[in-house]
Amino acid sequence: MSASLSLPVPDTAELSGSEGSGVAIPCPPARLEAATAEPFWLRLTLTAVALGFMTLFLFVPLATVFFEAFRKGFEVYLAAITEDDALSAIRLTLTAALISVPLNLIFGVAAAWAIAKFDFRGKNLLLTLIDLPFSVSPVVSGLIYVLVFGLQGWLGEFLGDHDLKVIFAVPGIVLATVFVTFPFVARELIPLMQAQGSEQEEAAVVLGASGWQVFWRVTLPNIKWALLYGVILCNARAFGEFGAVSVVSGHIRGQTNTLPLHIETLYNEYQFAAAFAVASLLAGLALVTLGLKALVELRVKAELRTAAANP
Amino acid sequence: MLFSRTLLKRHSVLPGFDLALGFTLLYLSLIVLLPLSAAFLKTASAGWEHIWASVSSPRVVASYQLTFGASLAAATLNALFGLIITWVLVRYPFPGKRLVDALVDLPFALPTAVAGIALTAIYADNGVIGQWLPFKVSFTPLGVFVAMVFIGLPFVVRTLQPVLEDINHELEEAAATLGATRWQTFRLVILPALLPALLTGFALAFARALGEYGSIIFIAGNMPMVSEITPLLIITKLEQYDVTGATAIAVVMLLIAFVLLLGINLLQAWARRRQGLAEGSDR
Repeated sequence: MSASLSLPVPDTAELSGSEGSGVAIPCPPARLEAATAEPFWLRLTLTAVALGFMTLFLFVPLATVFFEAFRKGFEVYLAAITEDDALSAIRLTLTAALISVPLNLIFGVAAAWAIAKFDFRGKNLLLTLIDLPFSVSPVVSGLIYVLVFGLQGWLGEFLGDHDLKVIFAVPGIVLATVFVTFPFVARELIPLMQAQGSEQEEAAVVLGASGWQVFWRVTLPNIKWALLYGVILCNARAFGEFGAVSVVSGHIRGQTNTLPLHIETLYNEYQFAAAFAVASLLAGLALVTLGLKALVELRVKAELRTAAANP
Repeated sequence: MLFSRTLLKRHSVLPGFDLALGFTLLYLSLIVLLPLSAAFLKTASAGWEHIWASVSSPRVVASYQLTFGASLAAATLNALFGLIITWVLVRYPFPGKRLVDALVDLPFALPTAVAGIALTAIYADNGVIGQWLPFKVSFTPLGVFVAMVFIGLPFVVRTLQPVLEDINHELEEAAATLGATRWQTFRLVILPALLPALLTGFALAFARALGEYGSIIFIAGNMPMVSEITPLLIITKLEQYDVTGATAIAVVMLLIAFVLLLGINLLQAWARRRQGLAEGSDR
């Protein structure tokens, strides 16, 4: 790189025709840069197009949620998020997230341990199967649980005889949430742990550490940021899932409505201000998620770099 | 003991293989594989005629056309603008860049129902954008397209970003010294290196749009034969207690999803090979 900079090639900018002339940069090394950069007007246009598109499709929808939520005043807003049905929706959404996130966290760690630290047959198939829930439509994800636990489903008769309810009840909502958030932690941990290899763990075992000691003292400190990253993404999806939960919920107000379903109910009743008020809670959570994600992402990249530097 | 004896290719001193793989397989089977197989078994046990009638009725076929057409158009637009956004994010400095970069992930973080009602309000006749447009967007097929563009954008940007960051700058310098214009360098040097990732991002956005439900049903208006997407028809059939019909359509969607998943895996393998070659020549 430094060698190529010192080469006497002041004409490269002119070789590329009129492009070099668009940028008036005095010093020679910068003129070399100009040959591999776009002219100023093009940079400006592309930046404007990119920011314009993002404003139109990302920023305006986000701003709209908060604008519409407070449009009818703060009191209407407060009333919408503190009424009984909204509170029960918040409780149900929290319950679903509090069950599904830890379950998928344990699964993610177990799957990553098996896949990253051992060499076994069928690994690629297993990797594909773990990603499967991401490629299934949310509606189909809900439907398959109806087929297992519904009235006409495999276990329908058994559940009916024992007076147990899964579909149109809380367990179904939890199951659907577990399904759609299934791969998040695993797919963050697997590539990182594969890059880290298993020398450190092997050294710990040789020095006499037990399996759990190896995990808690060697592996966990190495993967903690990626783990947190996966949990953040998993949690965001658990709070926001709509399609899958919609199929298994039955939309019983105050009982089986999660926050996204409560928004739908309010919206369909033309209570727009209330719908946007509840939506603003989830939009706020989305903003927190994006902030945490950006913070943790840097740490995950550092973890990956360390792993790549000491293979 | 079972797994380590039959599956393990190489002995390892690390403990926990049986426990970890055993739990992984049990959990995967209970949560994902068994319920998914229920859809196929349900369809297999139903009468062929009922299945065929369910998946080929005019209303369902119209929904396939809308879902496929809109997904394809949305993924194409996302590929184009995703490329521009990634280019700007990776190569040009501007104030507030980290904030803009974080905002790209909004469609991943914002619940689909929230996005759905927000987009509907924006593109309604009296909405912030809708009032300036000479045509209707909310409650038409165009609304379906808009929602699909929203949810698909981060797939393209996040797939392209690491690849563009890794492109060897010396290749561009070489092209410039050999007399290539900037456009030639982009078309003949940079674009071929980005192509696998661009196609992967396109396919991911397309797959996501095909299955999307939450953000679309609010803005689509859901008129039969006009603006009804396929996932909605599954719900409609379920509400009419036609579980077999709903499952038959779900199986069609699952099969398409599996084919796309296979295609995406192949594309990613291609992208990795390309990137490996590029990095190999770097060092």
